[in-house]
Amino acid sequence: MATVLIDTLIDITLLAFLAITAVAIIRMRNLFVIIMLFSIFSLHSAGLFVVMDAADVAFTEAAVGAGISTVLMLGTLALTKNHEEKNPSHRARLPLLVVLITGAALVYGTYDIPSFGDPLSPAQQHVKPRYIERSMEETGVANTVTAVLASYRGYDTLGEVVVIFTTGIGVMLLIGERLTRRNKREDDG
Amino acid sequence: MKHNLILRVIAKYLFPVIALFAFYVQFHGDYGPGGGFQAGVILSVAFIFYALVFGLDTAEQVLPHNVLRILASTGVVIYAGTGVVTMFMGGNFLDYDLLALNPVEGQHIGMMLIELGVGITVSAIMLMIFFAFAGREKS
Repeated sequence: MATVLIDTLIDITLLAFLAITAVAIIRMRNLFVIIMLFSIFSLHSAGLFVVMDAADVAFTEAAVGAGISTVLMLGTLALTKNHEEKNPSHRARLPLLVVLITGAALVYGTYDIPSFGDPLSPAQQHVKPRYIERSMEETGVANTVTAVLASYRGYDTLGEVVVIFTTGIGVMLLIGERLTRRNKREDDG
Repeated sequence: MKHNLILRVIAKYLFPVIALFAFYVQFHGDYGPGGGFQAGVILSVAFIFYALVFGLDTAEQVLPHNVLRILASTGVVIYAGTGVVTMFMGGNFLDYDLLALNPVEGQHIGMMLIELGVGITVSAIMLMIFFAFAGREKS
């Protein structure tokens, strides 16, 4: 009982911080501060994933969301202005309405979602019992997440790696090597 | 940051620790949280930290563009190559059972190989993207 209470308290605290950070991101105009707040937002989500016992996801969120994407966004910021344009003069009534209706629809949708960790929910019924029961004897890997990612769903992971590879090629083609080399030549000359 | 003594000293000590942690995450992913993707990101963070402290040019001397490009494609080749090898051994694509006499052992080898491929590609691509952004002068 006590652990459930502590879990709930941590959940509420983290979600409150998440909401505060999100509102702060919307209200800020200094892009450097916004990037730092994004990083904090990712860290809080990582904490939430840990509370939900999704250690692998939390790990990825902390490393990618809070770590490397912050560095990449700071690198991008160095190329642009530090400040967003001034507040738009018009009132955003229609967008606000759209956002409120969409949000209400999403909240309404959550009433049909099975509660967290419900053993009877469809997501827990399909292949998951098999993974949990047989993954140790079939793959000899203690971490079921790794077994699913690397073995049962090896095709998907291959696809993900190719996506990352393609991203790298895209960045190279758009802003990559040619410019760096030209800059270097200018420095030399 | 080239003249910041404290940062330079700390960076020299932290670099091996971060890299070691990356390798721990890479090869301990079978038992704990983590795997190739996270390990690749952490390893690239070690080099990004190095680049931030010692300057981009020094870091690019350690890891030139050509090396990064070859590493990025090597990872994908290792991953897909494992699948092709299992096909030649008479199984399906990425059917690790055939990589050793014992299916469980084969699974272990296969997963180790593909996680290695994932780690190499992810770290090389992350570094390539970082160098591409950081190496651009403000126009």
